[in-house]
Amino acid sequence: MSSLFNVIFTTEFAFSVLRVTTPILFAALGALISNRAGIINIGLEGIMLVAALSGVVVSAYTGSSWVGLMGAVLAGTLISGILAFFTLHFKTHIILGGVAINMFASGGTVFILYLLSGDKGSSTSLPSKVLPSVDIPLLKDIPVLGPIFSGHNVLTYMSIIAVFVVYYMLKRTPLGLRIRSVGENPQAAQSVGVSVVKVQYTALLLSGFFAGLGGAYMSMGYLSLFTRDMTAGRGWIAIAAESMGRSTTVGTTLTSLLFGAADALANALQVLKIPAELIGTLPYVTTVIGLIVYAVSESRKRNRKLKRLEKKS
Amino acid sequence: MMPNQLLEMKNITKVYPNGVVANQNVQFSLAEGEIHAIVGENGAGKSTLMKMMFGMEEPSEGEIILRGKQVLLASPQDAIDHGIGMVHQHFMLVPSFTVAENMVLGMEPKKGVSINYNEAVRMTEEMSKKYNLLVNPKAKVEDLSVGMKQKVEILKALLRGAEILILDEPTAVLTPQETEELFRELTQLKQQGHTIVFISHKLKEVKAICDRITIMRAGKSEGVFWTKDVTEQEISKLMVGRDVVLRYDKEKKPYGAPILSVTDFSLADETGKALLDKVAFKVRGGEIVGIAGVEGNGQTQLVEALTGSLAVRGGNVAIKGTDIQGYDIRKIRSLGVSYIPEDRMRQGAAKDASISDNLISTQYNTKAMNNGPFLKSKKIAKLATTLIEEFRVRCSGPNQPIGMLSGGNMQKVVVARECSTAPDLLIAEQPTRGVDIGAAQFIHQKLIELRDGGSGVLLISADLNEILELSDSLLVMYEGQIVAYLEEPWAVSEEELGLYMLGINRQDEQQIRRAVEA
Amino acid sequence: MKVKYFEVIRTTAVILIALVLAFIIISIVSEQPLESIRIFLWEPLNTKGHIGNVIEMAIPLMFTGLAVSLLFKANLFNLGAEGLFYFSGVVAATLAIHLSLNSFVHPIVAILAGSLVGAVLSAIPGILKAKWNVNELVSSLMFNNILFGIGLYILNYKLRDAQAFAAVSFKFEKTAVLTKLIPGTRIHTGLIIVLVLIVAAHYFLYKTKWGYELRMTGANREFAGYSGMKTAKVIIIVHLIAGFIAGMGGSVEVLGMYNRFQWSSLPGYGLDGALVAMLAKNNPFSVIGAALFLAYIRIGADQMARFSDVPAEMISIVQAIIILLISAEQFLKFWKNRMLLKEAQRNV
Repeated sequence: MSSLFNVIFTTEFAFSVLRVTTPILFAALGALISNRAGIINIGLEGIMLVAALSGVVVSAYTGSSWVGLMGAVLAGTLISGILAFFTLHFKTHIILGGVAINMFASGGTVFILYLLSGDKGSSTSLPSKVLPSVDIPLLKDIPVLGPIFSGHNVLTYMSIIAVFVVYYMLKRTPLGLRIRSVGENPQAAQSVGVSVVKVQYTALLLSGFFAGLGGAYMSMGYLSLFTRDMTAGRGWIAIAAESMGRSTTVGTTLTSLLFGAADALANALQVLKIPAELIGTLPYVTTVIGLIVYAVSESRKRNRKLKRLEKKS
Repeated sequence: MMPNQLLEMKNITKVYPNGVVANQNVQFSLAEGEIHAIVGENGAGKSTLMKMMFGMEEPSEGEIILRGKQVLLASPQDAIDHGIGMVHQHFMLVPSFTVAENMVLGMEPKKGVSINYNEAVRMTEEMSKKYNLLVNPKAKVEDLSVGMKQKVEILKALLRGAEILILDEPTAVLTPQETEELFRELTQLKQQGHTIVFISHKLKEVKAICDRITIMRAGKSEGVFWTKDVTEQEISKLMVGRDVVLRYDKEKKPYGAPILSVTDFSLADETGKALLDKVAFKVRGGEIVGIAGVEGNGQTQLVEALTGSLAVRGGNVAIKGTDIQGYDIRKIRSLGVSYIPEDRMRQGAAKDASISDNLISTQYNTKAMNNGPFLKSKKIAKLATTLIEEFRVRCSGPNQPIGMLSGGNMQKVVVARECSTAPDLLIAEQPTRGVDIGAAQFIHQKLIELRDGGSGVLLISADLNEILELSDSLLVMYEGQIVAYLEEPWAVSEEELGLYMLGINRQDEQQIRRAVEA
Repeated sequence: MKVKYFEVIRTTAVILIALVLAFIIISIVSEQPLESIRIFLWEPLNTKGHIGNVIEMAIPLMFTGLAVSLLFKANLFNLGAEGLFYFSGVVAATLAIHLSLNSFVHPIVAILAGSLVGAVLSAIPGILKAKWNVNELVSSLMFNNILFGIGLYILNYKLRDAQAFAAVSFKFEKTAVLTKLIPGTRIHTGLIIVLVLIVAAHYFLYKTKWGYELRMTGANREFAGYSGMKTAKVIIIVHLIAGFIAGMGGSVEVLGMYNRFQWSSLPGYGLDGALVAMLAKNNPFSVIGAALFLAYIRIGADQMARFSDVPAEMISIVQAIIILLISAEQFLKFWKNRMLLKEAQRNV
C-alpha cells in the first residue's frame, strides 16, 4: 500500500494526469456540446483518429506543426460535418452514423497511412512535427506546482482554456443559449424562429473541432507519430465522462480529470504489477454505476410523484 | 362591419395528406383592436385555422389578407415578422432557462460576443411594466406556476412585436383566480391597441371579454356575432348543433347485471388539483353509457384508471364484481375488458406491423391462437381475413402494414380487434375521431351489436352526434365531476347538453346519484 | 413498381453506390485499376479456397448480425455484441485449454459456456433498460470496453503462453477444436450451428408468441403495453437471447478458426453485426445474404491487397458509406412517396 502512495503522491504522477487527460478532455467537451444540442455524437473516437493522422500528414508535408494542427482540426470538423450532413439531411440514425464514422476512421486512416508511407502500423517514415511544450515563466520555478503545471504541451494548456471557453459559450453566448434550448425543448426553439437543424449542425461541427484538437494532441504531443488505432478508446471514455458529468461543463471536466487519473494510474501501477487492463476499465465501470444511480433516483422521483398523487384520492 | 379590417382569411380550405378535411371554405375576419373569440367543439377546425394564421400549416385553398395585402405565411417566423404572435396551449418555454433567457431566445441582445443578460432583464422588466404583466425576469421557468408561465409566453410574443395575439385555450390550464387576472391583462392589451384572437370552449369567459365571436362547426364557420347580441344558449346551440342526424335502431331490452361499477373515485395531480372528484357510476350489460364533456375535464384520467395504465389503489372500481385494485392492463383485459384508445397511432396500432399482427395483439396469448409457444398461423390468417371482411377494411390483404391504410380503415382494424374478443365491457374512447362518415357509422353499428349481445359499453366522446345517438344513458363531466346523469339522452336537446358541458348548468346531487343507484 | 419492393430497390441502390465508390477509390489509388477491380470482384469466387474464405468470414458475421437483428427488431439500440463476442471467446478458450473431455463433448461444453456467459452479461444492460430506463446504447458501449479489459487481463495473466512470441494463449486441447466440414477450406461446423440458429430465430420471431411480443414491442412499445404485453420482460428476454447468440458466435469463432486465443484488440465483429443487421433489414434469413456479401467484399479487398497495390482497408470506407446510406430514411424517399401516391390514386 505504501508503495501505492509513493507512486501517486509525486509531482511526476500529477504531471502525467494532466498529460493523459488532455485528449479525453477535448473529446469530452466535443461530446458535451453535441449532447447539449440533443444529438449524441458517438463518432468521436473516429474523428480523433482521422484528426491525428491528418495532423501528422499535414505537418510532414508542410514542415510546420502549426499548419499540421490546423489540418487536424479541419479534418475533425469535416468528418463531423459529414456526419451532420447525413443525420440532419438524410435522416441517417445518429448512432449508426457514428458507428459508420468509427468504422471509416479505423480502416480509412490505415488505408491512407499505407498509401503515403507504405507502412500500415505507424508513421515513422513521415517527418511529422510535434507541437511545442511550454515552460511557464515564474510558475515553473515554484516547487511542487512548477513541476506539475509547467512544461506541458501547448495543447494541454489549450484544453484548459477550452474548458473556460466552452463554459462561457454555453452559458453566456447566444449560440450557447440556442444550443441548450434546442437540446431541451426543440419546439420552443422552433417557435421563436431558431432553426433546430442549423443549431445542431453548428454543435456537431464544434464537437468535431474539439475532437480534432484531441486527435492532434495524440499524434503531435502525446506521441510524435501516428500509430494504427492510437486513440485506443479515448473517444468512448470521453462519452463516458460527459455522461457521468451529467452534461455540465464542470462535471464533464472533473470526470475527465478523474478518468485521466485512472489512466495515469494504470500506467503508473504497471510498475507495481497491478494489471493495467483492469484499471483501464475503471472509467467505464464508474460510468455504468453513475448511469444506474442516476436512473434509479429518477425513477424513485417519479414513483414518489405517483404516490403523492394517490394519497390525495 | 368594423372600421379597420386588420386580417382576413378568405375561403380557407385545408385538406390534410391523409384526406381529412379540417377546414372547408372558412371565412374569418379580424378587426383592429378587438378581442375575437373562436368557439367550437373539438375537431371543429379551430386549431387548424389558427395554425394557418400562425404559419404552422399552409392552406390548401384560399387566401390570407393582412392590412389589405395578401400574405404568405410559410413558417411561424413569417407570422412573427408580420406581427402575429401565438400563445400555445402547451407552452413553448425552456424549463431550465430564466424568464429573461426565454424572452430573448432567438433575438438575444449582445455585448461583444456574449448575451447582454442585464439588457435582457431590462427588456423583460420594461415589457412587464408596459403591459402590466408582472414576472420576475431572473426566476427559472420550471419553478413558475402555470399562470406565470403563460404571462411569459404572452410577453414573449409581445417582445417580438406581436400586434395580433392568438391564445389557444388559454384558460384551460388556469385556476379561476388566474383566469380573472388574465382577463384583466387581455383587456389592458386591447386598450393598448392589440388585437386578440381567443380560442375557447368556455362560453362564460367568451361572453366576459370578447367583442365578437366566430363559431365553427365541423370544419365550417357558422357565422360571426357581436357578443352582446347573442346569449350563451344561442352560442351553445350553434356550436353543438348536429348537421347529419344519425339514427340507429336500437332494440329496447332490460339491462343486465352491472359490469362496471365505480364508486366515489377521486384523483389529484401532483399540485393537488383535483382531476377526478368523487366520480360514481355504473355500466350494466346491454347498456351503452356515454360520457360527454369538453376534453380535459377528467375523462382521460378516468379511462387510464379503468384500463390499468394508472394503477387504482383505492378499491373504488369493480369489474364484474372483482375489485381491480392493483391490476395491470393484462389482468384487467383478462376480466373481459376491451379498450379502443383515443390515439390509434400512439397506442392503438403498430404502424409498421401488418394488419394481421395488429389484429391479434390482445388475443395471441389465448388457447385459440396458440399451441403453447407456437402461434396457430392458419387460424390467425383466417381470423384476419374474416375480420377484414366483416369490418370491410379496405386493404391489399392481411399482410399489408397497417400504417399504409387511411385513418378510417386503420380505426376499423382497431375496433375489429377489440370487438373480436367478445368483451363483457368495451371502453371506447373517441372511437370515430378523424374517421370518415362511412367508417364512423360502421363503427357505431358494431358498438350497438355488442350492446345488443349483452355487453356493456362505456363510450367517451367529444362528438355529440355520436354520444347522443348511441348512449342508453349519459353522464356529463365537467372539471373532474359528473355534473349530470341523463337517462334518456335521445330526448335531451343539444342546448341542454351544451349547458352542462360548458359548466353553465348542473344537476343536483340526488339526480347525479342516480347514476349508481339506478 | 410496387411500394413493397421499395426496400429491396433501395438496398440494391446503396450497394451499387458503395461498389461504384469502391471502383472510384481503386481507380485513384491503383496503377492498374482494371486489374485491381477484376481481382476485387472475381478472386473471392475464383478458387475453392477463396470461396471457403468468404464463408469462413461470413460465419461470425451471421452470428453477430443475427444477434443485433433481434435487438434492433425490438427497437433496442444495443451495440454490446462486440464485447460479448470477445469475452465469450475468452471463456470458450479457457475451457478449451483447461478441460480434458472427448472431442464430442468438449466443444459443446466450451461453446455453451461461452454462450451462457454472453446471455448473462447481455442481460445486465437489458435489466437496466427495462427496470430503470437506463440508455442501453451507452451502457452497452461501456460494457464493450469493460469486457474487453477483463478479457485481455485473463488472456495476459491466465492464459498466456510465455513460450510463444506474440500475446497468445496456450494451445487449445485438440479435442476442443471444431471439425472442418470441407477439405481444402477452413469451413467448420460453426456454419451448421449458425444456419440452425437462423432458422430457429426465424421461427421464433414469426411463429411463436414470444417472437410476436418481441416484434410488437419493437414496433410500438406503447401499443404492446396497451395490448397487455409485459414489455419490460420482453426487453430482458431479447437481451438474453441476443447475448446468447453473440456469445456463441465468439466461442465458435475461436474454436473454429484458431488453435490459440489471439485477439489482443476487439475483433470488430459486433459492430459489423450492426451493418449486417441493417443490410438484412433485421430479417433472420436475409442475415445470410448480408453476411455473405460483406464477407465477399472483404475477401475481395484482401485478395486485392495481396495481388495489387490497393490496401484492404479500403473496404472500411465502403462499409461506412453503406451504413450511412442504408439507415438514411430520406435516401430515395422522394421516390417512395411518388410510388405511394400512384398506388393511392389507383386505389381510389
